[in-house]
Amino acid sequence: MTRETIKTDLINIIKPYLPEDVMATEVSEDKHLINDLMINSAHIVDIVLDIEDKFDIMIDDDVIGEMNTVQDSIDVVLQKTA
Amino acid sequence: MKKHRVVITGLGVVSANAIGVDNYEKALREGKSGIKYWEELEKINLKCQIGGAPDLSSVNLGDHLPRLLAEKITNKGILYAMLSGVEAWKDAGLEPNAEERDFNSGMIFGAGDLSFDSFINREFPSYPIDNGESRKLGSRTISECMNSGAAAYLNSILGLGNRIQSNSSACITGSEAVLMGYEYLSQGRADRMICGSTEGDGRYIWAAFDAMRVLCSNSNDNPEYGSRPMSDSSSGFVPSGGSGALVLETLESAKARGARIYGEVLGGHVNSGGQRSGGTMTAANPEAVVDCITRAIKDAGISPDEIDLINGHLTSTKGDPAEIRNWVKALGRSGENFPMINTPKSMIGHAVAGAGSVELIASVLQMYKDFVHPNLNVENIHPEILSEIFGGCIPTSCQSKEVNTVIKANFGFGDLNCALVLRKYKE
Repeated sequence: MTRETIKTDLINIIKPYLPEDVMATEVSEDKHLINDLMINSAHIVDIVLDIEDKFDIMIDDDVIGEMNTVQDSIDVVLQKTA
Repeated sequence: MKKHRVVITGLGVVSANAIGVDNYEKALREGKSGIKYWEELEKINLKCQIGGAPDLSSVNLGDHLPRLLAEKITNKGILYAMLSGVEAWKDAGLEPNAEERDFNSGMIFGAGDLSFDSFINREFPSYPIDNGESRKLGSRTISECMNSGAAAYLNSILGLGNRIQSNSSACITGSEAVLMGYEYLSQGRADRMICGSTEGDGRYIWAAFDAMRVLCSNSNDNPEYGSRPMSDSSSGFVPSGGSGALVLETLESAKARGARIYGEVLGGHVNSGGQRSGGTMTAANPEAVVDCITRAIKDAGISPDEIDLINGHLTSTKGDPAEIRNWVKALGRSGENFPMINTPKSMIGHAVAGAGSVELIASVLQMYKDFVHPNLNVENIHPEILSEIFGGCIPTSCQSKEVNTVIKANFGFGDLNCALVLRKYKE
């Protein structure tokens, strides 16, 4: 799986959780999920579950804490699917 | 001493035979049944394999709800509540609040049991909790299961800042929510309240009723004939789901903003038979039913002779003749002097906690548009009913008729009763 395909899948997973006034086109690798994309912190666990389902991986709670930006999240998926 | 008159300025509905008020009115006039056979019920060995589920595939959720809710909420009870609530709010000429919350508007929106909804188990071979995978419940299980979840999600859209309350009183939930909203507004504690109720549908809640042997199990090959209130062959209710929402408003507030007025809530009453004197968890104490109707009429300040139409509870069980006897006793009217009586249940089944609000909207529409909708499947009226009232009081086709005053009642598990009196608005 390439970084680009993971990124596309990840953006599709994140999209529904974005506030109404944040466009999907604003999602870039450097964006912080909570601080920049304004995703409700309660929804991070749902995003993690969606990622687990999509990539058939398991993400431990301590790793969730490291998934701050889109880039971090891609890295976690890359690492787990390697 | 009542200070404020209370009127109805907005309606929204999701029912087994229609989604949206215009579609619902058309379906009521046409006598359209929303009851279908469900293969999944046969697979899990339910005796009743028919039911009424609103057809969500006919609606693009994204057109009505914020993106997150449209794409992620799967609890049908909550989806129905959001759809009916948003429709009612907009129907009243109001818009969801953007940034500011509105301290003059509140909500009383009840539910039966949101956690019975089939969403809870949708993606798992068995309960994730028992599999040691509770983490898979995610962040929404609590908010989608809590009984205040329907109101909470609806208010995440509307942004109301007065009282936000969720009642739960079995089959009277919807009519009770409207009565509570009426009482609150008549005291002048808010300008408007959106009131309603919801119930999801599907195998979990229906299986539990099936186990009680209270559902219709002899019409699986003829689903639309299953729900037949007042018939001599009524054999159990047909389960369904749905939600109705009504915007109630003080007359001053409605007039000040030039709102359309569907009708006025004149009064009502809610009581309990105490599960005594014939009342049980599942059966109504007849004295309490009569008392509830009598007090509702007294509260409304009218004479029973002024009632043009009764919207009964009438679940298509052996309890229907007893309900008619209670009406006759409470109104002091019988034979040809009995008012017209109907219920949408022959078309939509019994939406449990959603029933009161979905059915009340039928009452409002008939009064506002001067018609009486048919009862289906009542070619043979129960003889005990015919010994009380004239058969012509039970319409089997849609009739144009001036309807000025309606009484609506629901009776629920726990021996609970609620009756509401509505009247066409006059200055």
